Amino acid sequence: MNNTRRTLLKAGTNGAVLASLFAAGILRPVRVLAADPRRAAFEATGLADALRGLSAGTPAESADLVLKAPDIAENGAVVPVEVISNIPGTTSLSILVDNNPLPLALHVEFSGGGVTETVARLKMAKTSAVRAVAQAGGKFYVARHEIKVTIGGCGG
Amino acid sequence: MADPMKIRARLKGDTADIRVLMSHPMETGQRKDAAGKLVPAHYIQNISITLAGKTVVEGQLNTAVSRNPVFGFKVKGAKAGDKVVIHWVDTNGDQRTDETTVTAG
Repeated sequence: MNNTRRTLLKAGTNGAVLASLFAAGILRPVRVLAADPRRAAFEATGLADALRGLSAGTPAESADLVLKAPDIAENGAVVPVEVISNIPGTTSLSILVDNNPLPLALHVEFSGGGVTETVARLKMAKTSAVRAVAQAGGKFYVARHEIKVTIGGCGG
Repeated sequence: MADPMKIRARLKGDTADIRVLMSHPMETGQRKDAAGKLVPAHYIQNISITLAGKTVVEGQLNTAVSRNPVFGFKVKGAKAGDKVVIHWVDTNGDQRTDETTVTAG
């Protein structure tokens, strides 16, 4: 009998017990990630691979997807970006930084479909284009913005 | 256990403007400490937001999200008094859940 498995089954959906198992290193969140279809996209070191990992293909430019960001970021460690999607039924949004060691910064899914605006702060290694890729009705749309970085925020 | 999140949720019309600040070092695994050793990667990997019991945002983060991440989402179909619950899990398995209610703007 596998004891770890027993404990886990007894614990059921008890989050606290799960947390302690995580803390004890018995369950590594990395394993959860292993089953993740987007893992390849997150680990991709090139923009093309990251887009392929998201199965975004070549997304179309859309005027209804707006990416607001500064033109010049003095500090690459904190670059505020804002994405407004006026495309009806936007179900997911990814933000990518072309020249970062790992281009895919974040991917969010909107299950209710009612999210119109997303704000986040990114780290940027150097001057780069930032893209927002939105998915709506099975199609992908992209908006991009070039940001000049004075001091990089990845290596330090 | 990490510090509590700072969450604000304001209603404008039928849209809730949810802002959250999470306290987290968000180590990329590429930074070196004073002794020249690489600091291991340690960052928030998953976030989720529920509004009035319904999951509205489920996100995965990479190392390119800034230290002490700030997020903002505008979610339609909200009303005053709706409960907002935000949860994150990091690469070490640490997690935190905080909540607030939507206030009329």
